[in-house]
Amino acid sequence: MNKANHNGLGLTALTTLHVGPLSWQINRGSAVSLAGESGSGKSLLLRAIADLDPHGGEMSLDGQSALSMTGHQWRQRVGLLPAEPFWWAEQVGEHFTAPGAAPLAELGLPPEAMEWSVSRCSTGERQRLALARLLQNRPEVLLLDEPTAALDPQSVERVEVVVEHYRQERNAVVIWVSHDPAQRRRVATRHYCIEHGKLTEVTV
Amino acid sequence: MNFIALNAWDLVIAALLVVMLSLLSFRLALGISRKLLFAALRTTAQLLLIGFILNLLFANVHPGWVALLATVMLLAAGRIVMERQEHRFLGWWGYGVGTLSMFLSSFAVTLITLLVIIRPEPWYQPQYAIPLLGMMLGNTMNGVALGLERLTSSVTQQRRVIEARLIQGHPWCEAISLIRRDAMRVGMVPMLNAMAAAGVVSLPGMMTGQILAGAEPMEAVKYQILIMFLIASGTGFGTMGAVHFGARRLFDERERLRLDRLKQTEHYSS
Repeated sequence: MNKANHNGLGLTALTTLHVGPLSWQINRGSAVSLAGESGSGKSLLLRAIADLDPHGGEMSLDGQSALSMTGHQWRQRVGLLPAEPFWWAEQVGEHFTAPGAAPLAELGLPPEAMEWSVSRCSTGERQRLALARLLQNRPEVLLLDEPTAALDPQSVERVEVVVEHYRQERNAVVIWVSHDPAQRRRVATRHYCIEHGKLTEVTV
Repeated sequence: MNFIALNAWDLVIAALLVVMLSLLSFRLALGISRKLLFAALRTTAQLLLIGFILNLLFANVHPGWVALLATVMLLAAGRIVMERQEHRFLGWWGYGVGTLSMFLSSFAVTLITLLVIIRPEPWYQPQYAIPLLGMMLGNTMNGVALGLERLTSSVTQQRRVIEARLIQGHPWCEAISLIRRDAMRVGMVPMLNAMAAAGVVSLPGMMTGQILAGAEPMEAVKYQILIMFLIASGTGFGTMGAVHFGARRLFDERERLRLDRLKQTEHYSS
């Protein structure tokens, strides 16, 4: 494999449970959308890319193999936003190293959100806060698993704008899982579908 | 020595009490009357056996025999620790994590005691070595079993929370730190309670035994204090070791949480 030419996220013969083997090259700065029925393996694929599950094949970022760094270093650079994010502390602010720097206003959240108790946040608030939490690491790859599923239209737009700005500013790779064709056209330039663990490019 | 030896009838009378208890629990349908009798028989057989073995051992003092008995005791303790785990590690780890930690802490503490503190002649004198090791193992076993059980059950319940931290890019040891601390603490609580209750609520068994056997109370107390300290450190180190090795085993070389390394129960789902 000619790694020197590869900038961005590279997957080679990736396999995890019933997904793959699939090879995928997504260049820096590009956004792709991913759809597939539940059980098709979307979330498994994202988990494998974030190196949370044992998998076959190889992964690289800007030609650097995942194995050349530790698991946590890879996950700091390849950020996953799960469909249902979990929290490990009581208060929202405890999950942030620099609570002041989080893009709360852009996500339609008040500055006091940092003092909120996680258990009292709505699903939509948690989803947006989890995005803010993830962006702290300044990841070069964003794996977004239905990030706007629980949001009202106004918040959906805000999330789309925040991700778009982040992609441009950081020249990041974005993989956005969504079932809404209109949203897929808004947030991505290339579109993929996963079916029985196989990946195909589609038009939406 | 001025103590009253027991004869067989004395034990029969005590056994009748257990039989009465068993009958009563049968009447109350507690479902443990048979278990109770079996446990009483088992304890009798095991104690008679160890008495017989100790007699042999005292008559033939040889480090090989002491080492053999110590190994058997360790393996038995390891088995009990494993059986008490609901979410035990699969493969050799299920047995190894607890056994190795008990070996390291109990044997080290017992050796220090024999070589530096009590200094019997020879140092492996079974009259000292075996009861000391037995007390160490018996207590360390509880701490290790409690600590490991808390570790593996918390991890199973809080899988998503730990993964949230891994996703955020935290190193594995940070992601497990709170659970690990909690498990170590849980394993050491019984030992702390025992030290707090000693002499006030309970007269510890070893001291009672020495007094029954005719020892001076103050001499028995000094031994008991020594034993308390040894048990506290042995249990503490053993529990820390077991939880430490166990936590390491829950993550692989890519710092992924590997619950598939634990025996799965029906609540587990991917």
